[in-house]
Amino acid sequence: MVTPASTGPSPQPPGTPQKGFKGWLYKRFPVEEFISDQLTGYYAPKNFNIWYYFGSLALVVLALQLFTGIFLTMFYKVGETTSFDSVEFIMREVSWGWLIRYLHSTGASFFFIVVYLHMFRALLYGSYKAPRELLWLLGMAVYLALMAEAFMGYVLPWGNMSFWGAQVIVNLFSTIPVVGGALVEWIRGDYGIADATLNRFFSLHVVAIPLALLLLVMLHLVALRRTGSSNPDGIEIKEKVGPDGKPLDGIPFHPYYTIKDIVGIGVMFALLAIVVFFVPTFGGLFLEAPNFEPANPMSTPEHIAPVWYFTPYYAILRAVPDQKIGALLMFVAVAAFLFLPWLDRSPVKSMRYRGWICRSALAIFTVSFVALGYLGLQPAEGLYVMLARIFAVLYFAFFILMPWYTRIDRVRTPPQRVTYHAHA
Amino acid sequence: MRMRKPALLMVLALTAVSGALAAEESGEGGASFQSWHADTEVENLASLQRGARNFIGYCLGCHSLKYERYSRMAQDLQIPQAQFDKLLLPPGEKDTDYILTTLPVEDAQSWFGKAPPDLSLMARARGKDYLYQFLKTFYVDSSRPTGVNNLRLPTTAMPHVLSELEGLKQAVFKTEGDKKVFDRFETLAPGHLTPAEYDSFVRDTVNFLDYVSEPTQAQRRALGVWVVLFLLAFTWLAWLLKKEYWKDVR
Repeated sequence: MVTPASTGPSPQPPGTPQKGFKGWLYKRFPVEEFISDQLTGYYAPKNFNIWYYFGSLALVVLALQLFTGIFLTMFYKVGETTSFDSVEFIMREVSWGWLIRYLHSTGASFFFIVVYLHMFRALLYGSYKAPRELLWLLGMAVYLALMAEAFMGYVLPWGNMSFWGAQVIVNLFSTIPVVGGALVEWIRGDYGIADATLNRFFSLHVVAIPLALLLLVMLHLVALRRTGSSNPDGIEIKEKVGPDGKPLDGIPFHPYYTIKDIVGIGVMFALLAIVVFFVPTFGGLFLEAPNFEPANPMSTPEHIAPVWYFTPYYAILRAVPDQKIGALLMFVAVAAFLFLPWLDRSPVKSMRYRGWICRSALAIFTVSFVALGYLGLQPAEGLYVMLARIFAVLYFAFFILMPWYTRIDRVRTPPQRVTYHAHA
Repeated sequence: MRMRKPALLMVLALTAVSGALAAEESGEGGASFQSWHADTEVENLASLQRGARNFIGYCLGCHSLKYERYSRMAQDLQIPQAQFDKLLLPPGEKDTDYILTTLPVEDAQSWFGKAPPDLSLMARARGKDYLYQFLKTFYVDSSRPTGVNNLRLPTTAMPHVLSELEGLKQAVFKTEGDKKVFDRFETLAPGHLTPAEYDSFVRDTVNFLDYVSEPTQAQRRALGVWVVLFLLAFTWLAWLLKKEYWKDVR
């Protein structure tokens, strides 16, 4: 039951005469229509829990990265002889440069934390299932663009881990049959990771991929406007509408969720500030120690490990003795998410109404993903490799066996209306 | 080479004091040198000032701090201008110059086999414990061109430039299984400083290098407290506002 907000702007009927600047503007630009379509007239389920903060948080981190990135670009000087020095110049001599740089480097890790939790939410409540398959695919496209953006951004400081990380990742493409060698040379623009590579990564990092990200995020939101958000009960609020045609279990996005999301933004920025001001390297997880040495093609860091958000896939790559198959499995591990809407045959969306089989499968998958992330940071030797193999098998089993176990799992019938307990 | 005599004299005079203060807190807890900790605090200005003096007196002959300016160092370490110009600023250098060695790279390469690395970021790249262990584990080894070797960085090209302060020591190894492991040091010849004084000399120097690796770190932490408090207060207010709005939702 929802009492519509007594506060908040109510859309004016079209044709209402307006005076002054407002009238002038509204005749020429659909301000009111935009607000009513996208915010006050957009109904979202009222039973969102904590897992539903991460979409808006991802948008906020994107804005943070664009904002700090613009200022970093003012002082960063791309080039193999200038990149490293200019980053230190930003850290030491540019007013508040250290803050902008730490916000950007920490923001990158927070972006992935938020996106991984956002994706986990989709797994938990079946948000990817019909009719939201396209929404899921567009979200995955955002994730892929984000991975490219983060990888290229990591190369720009031109530290030794930047260099060797780029070396390892770009060389993965050489495992592609026939064209691999030529392709790698084309990507690098040189016979090794060099000035040409650094320059093109800069171009892609600050222009091409951010544009693609913005476009994909917009498409993701457009698709969301068509289907509406799912919710922890995994039922469609559009199926139960009141006499006014509004969903009975929906509330206007503004002011309810705009206000609620501000609380989430406050919590996230508090956590972000703790990292930025007290542990900006986060024990080598967010900024790795070897990256405080300039790129040196003659000296390999003791362990080459990508930043933590890539390590689950990196562990899979290293778990396979054959490098070609390892690289292939790594790409498959990322791509597997794309097929979720069609692998999942469960009649219900939310884990709340699924049985123990689906719940166990998700729990095992989550543990495997985190464990692989840990193992990807460790040297590839002995027990670590063995464990990585076990968790890699469990990782793929989650996807491969999904059509089978989601069908035999015993589900309960979801309720007709969403579960909501008023707090006040 | 330029003259650094005033700085050097000050080093010797002041290390005696600092050494006595830190005499008890030796980081050498056991034979395994890998577990020795620098235990320095970058907020300790007196230690940083002594470290700066140590660096200019003993390290700058070969090593640069190419990202740090003299003026920035004097300001951050709160060294009065007159004193700084008189005691620490090498003759011929301007305040705003970066802290660069005058050792020509070609000479360094012919003398040591490689140019001594810039130390601006060494504390971040390797960690301050690494630097502490490095400066504390030089031992006599006649097979090396410099006459000394190092446990932390075996076959290092760096001579033991602090031997006049520390003296000389030899490393005693024992065999565990088929491996030769470090057991203990034995003093061969004492230096100008007692072991405790040398220990705090090294700690001050490492502390200074830690500061140089990120000059804003003390400011960063001090500011961070207020930023986090503000954000918590903001979040609390936002939560109250949310509660008020959501009263309507039943």
